Amino acid sequence: MTTLTVPARSEEDATPRPVPWRRMAWVTWRQHRFALGGVVVFLGALSVLLWLAGRQVYSTHAAAVAACQSASSLTCPNAIVAFNGTNGFLSNGFILQAVPPLIGAFVGAPVLARELETGTFRYAWTQGFSRWRWTLAKLVPLAIALAVAAGLFSLLLDWYYQPYFDAANQNLSLEYPTPFFPGLFDLRGIGFAAWTVTAFAIGALAGLLIRRVVPAIAATLVAYAGLSFAAGGFLRQHYIAPVITSSLNVPGSAWIIGQWWTKGGTFAFAGGPPDSLLTRFCPNGPSGPVGPFGKSKPVALAQCLTPHGYTQWTSYQPDSRFWPFQWIEGGWLLVLSALLIAATVWLIRRRAA
Amino acid sequence: MTMNVIEASGLGKRYGGTWALRNCTLAIPAGHVAALVGPNGAGKSTLLNLATGLAAPSAGGITVLGGRPAGSPAALDGIAFVAQDTPLYKNLSVADMLHVTRNLNRHFDQPYARARLDELGIPLKRKAGKLSGGQQAQLALTLALGRRPRLLVLDEPVAMLDPIARHDFMATVMTAMAADGVSVVLSSHVLAELERVADYLIVLSRGQVQMAGEVDDLLASHRMLTGPAAEVDSYAGRPAVHARRGDAQAHLLVRAAPDDPVPPGWEAHPVGLEELILTYLREPGAAALPGPSRGRGTQPSEVAK
Repeated sequence: MTTLTVPARSEEDATPRPVPWRRMAWVTWRQHRFALGGVVVFLGALSVLLWLAGRQVYSTHAAAVAACQSASSLTCPNAIVAFNGTNGFLSNGFILQAVPPLIGAFVGAPVLARELETGTFRYAWTQGFSRWRWTLAKLVPLAIALAVAAGLFSLLLDWYYQPYFDAANQNLSLEYPTPFFPGLFDLRGIGFAAWTVTAFAIGALAGLLIRRVVPAIAATLVAYAGLSFAAGGFLRQHYIAPVITSSLNVPGSAWIIGQWWTKGGTFAFAGGPPDSLLTRFCPNGPSGPVGPFGKSKPVALAQCLTPHGYTQWTSYQPDSRFWPFQWIEGGWLLVLSALLIAATVWLIRRRAA
Repeated sequence: MTMNVIEASGLGKRYGGTWALRNCTLAIPAGHVAALVGPNGAGKSTLLNLATGLAAPSAGGITVLGGRPAGSPAALDGIAFVAQDTPLYKNLSVADMLHVTRNLNRHFDQPYARARLDELGIPLKRKAGKLSGGQQAQLALTLALGRRPRLLVLDEPVAMLDPIARHDFMATVMTAMAADGVSVVLSSHVLAELERVADYLIVLSRGQVQMAGEVDDLLASHRMLTGPAAEVDSYAGRPAVHARRGDAQAHLLVRAAPDDPVPPGWEAHPVGLEELILTYLREPGAAALPGPSRGRGTQPSEVAK
């Protein structure tokens, strides 16, 4: 069967052996090394800032914990104020949140948009390396490179935020946010890298569809903001069914999803009690509704309402679910990124330029 | 049997609601410098984009290099395309452009490419964006020829070049054609240039093929008749492509074999390529296509001004 010899050239010509993938590696590196270098410099500069700020967080935290060991310490209040006042990046968590979309959009959007905008796609896509393979060989390594860079940077973020999640903080009146706090949750764990890769994948597709670099970057930022808002505001709380309890001792690190009251087994009201009830049962008691991310101090309210047959219920996500939530969010973001990249490659393959 | 480097049947391409190319059937045989001419918007770039797989047809089909689907790996392996305005990565050095091209193709003749650039005096270290227009075009052509293609496709290659750069560019193309036997398909506005280099012609008009064939055949099958203006209307039975009538004399471009008899009172002159192309472009209704109908069946319109 194999003794039949076909002239090598014509056989080769009919179905040429593809150009090896590794040859594209150099092309991708050569064309995007400045973008990747820019990301490294940008994250490097942020790392220095974060490192300096982090050292201060650690030292003020250690000082506060040490000063407040004995209940009557005079230096304790000042130490607490000092620690709670150093949280520059905590209150600025929303600024750090801009890092994944910025990196993703500035690296991802130009990959295809610049080729389409300058016309070089007519060079790149008519070479022997077929254009869908060219696209894949650019997007996947760049996505991995960004994931690695963002992942390393988020290790530093993890380190920076660690003192805030020290279990001792709660009893010492130190800052003790829930790890699900929006603006914190996706800076830690695998969330930061996953969001960066997602922004990159959105950028690549936007670049292909919009065909111009700057509008594609803008569209990426808008799409990312919408997705991030939807995830934090609506999706995340449903990853795992919340714990529902009538206990008043909900841990301070929990993410309170909702609170409502029942009377005699039927629903009475949601959130904070109405003023009419408060004036009737708790004329001197505290009031004010409890926001979804605030720390609930329901004990005082419950003290005046429970004797009248009211029961307070709380649904919350315990902080022990931080990592399951990270894996769920990271997982769907990576699936989404893979789908976006696959859609981009598919469009490139079939689209008419 | 000669292979067709580009073969299209019923080919159409629609952008939104408008057909950039419609019902295009043609076969360009190998071994020619085939020129694609036509006014702006006639569909020249569209046809070349379809042939190189940059665009997908909305109707019909197109194959290259003897039946390979346009845009397939087998097709791209044998075609090199120099697009309009010769796009290059402006921030890459000439050497990097060579390296990129080598990495993107199975074959790349690096020594040939370097030798050519050396000959042209294009420094390897200079950024592609810093080269002159003529040098950029030559670099793009060198990258294309370095791939040792069997078909070289050029879209308006000399439109932006000054006369000397234009001449040098076409000289390179002709040298490659002579040395490697590469077939060339090029689109151009510059009719004077085509007269020197093209030996196969395709005239596109309003998205359709109006005239196609070897230049020699086309010239031999057309002649210009000059005679009394009064007799134009009675000059019937012959396909006239175009009639131009003065006060006393009329000029008719007609399709005729060289040995066809000239009507009494009329004079026959051979027609030049540029004149032939211009006449056809002014008569979008006229058609001269190869195939079984050649020479008799087609009835071009006669429009007298």
